[in-house]
Amino acid sequence: MGLETDYEIPVVTTSAEFMIQWARRSAIWPVAFGLACCAIEMMATGAGRYDLARFGAEVFRGSPRQADLMIIAGRLSRKMAPAMRRIYDQMPEPKWVISMGACASCGGVFDNYAIVQGSDQVVPVDVFIPGCPPRPEALIYGIVQLQKKIAASKLDQTPKVRIA
Amino acid sequence: MSADELIAAIAPAVPGAAYVALASADAAMTPTIGVPREFIVQTCRALQGPGLEFVAFSDVTAVDFHPNRQPRFDLVYHLVSPHRRARVRLKVQINEQDAIATLTSLYPGAGWPERELYDLFGLVFDGHADLRRLMMPDEWEGHPLRKDYPVQLRKDAQTYMPLQVTAEEFQANLERDRYQRSAAKPAPPAPGAPAGKG
Repeated sequence: MGLETDYEIPVVTTSAEFMIQWARRSAIWPVAFGLACCAIEMMATGAGRYDLARFGAEVFRGSPRQADLMIIAGRLSRKMAPAMRRIYDQMPEPKWVISMGACASCGGVFDNYAIVQGSDQVVPVDVFIPGCPPRPEALIYGIVQLQKKIAASKLDQTPKVRIA
Repeated sequence: MSADELIAAIAPAVPGAAYVALASADAAMTPTIGVPREFIVQTCRALQGPGLEFVAFSDVTAVDFHPNRQPRFDLVYHLVSPHRRARVRLKVQINEQDAIATLTSLYPGAGWPERELYDLFGLVFDGHADLRRLMMPDEWEGHPLRKDYPVQLRKDAQTYMPLQVTAEEFQANLERDRYQRSAAKPAPPAPGAPAGKG
């Protein structure tokens, strides 16, 4: 990136890759997918006090076809797993997944028959956020980490390997 | 009305039933009666009668005492009389293989908790119109709330479920897990017939 001042108006030159990844990471639209109490923290993150709009990720979409990011907010039951996989498959590429909280990441306290022990068994996860539930600051930190990950990734990156 | 008074009130309508007045911490509000399992329907019909009017079905659930007791399960029914503002609790001791009659003929809403009990405890209610799993996936094996069921299940999550099914497949999925006693197996309903609720 460089600032060209030889012209009548200043011109900034950069690579298309940087521009495209900048656009992607600056407007991550999550799909509204709350599963349990972590979803309450997710709603608080989107509301005025924590104001996720500062990071361009406040537009929670009701349709996975309009979303880039899935925040798995809560414990994932075995019966919910196929539904979550379907929602993930409906999201257009490129897409990212944040596993929010202990239950989504590893089953948490629910080490029993009903709960999937880690949502990475079902979808590929980019960022794991610890906490039970994580505070909104932690979710914002996770989204910022995801933005850094997007900024560091290449444009010709092949789509993620589907595990199911 | 205490448990003893309730037993005295319903005993004439149910000849031969050996009721037991059970102690409970909330006996003043909810008297508890032990009921032999053969008489549960007749008992509930008597409790619906004039003067008692336990016409509202609150819940039925189960307790598993495995391996400390035989028969291992307690079925716990809660009935409510909205007119008299009274409650009653019925306890039925039952084993895994024992048959118990459904209460759906008296309380249509009993179908849902009975399906839940079939799903989670494996208890079979005779005469239930649609005894299928309610909470666990249809093809699930075992009954998770039994005491001898493993707590930690090392099992991969199912990640795929077909979205589009034909009418025949839909009906087959519906029938697959429905429990029927082999002796009295009725013909499956025709496709398009209204499915029974609960």
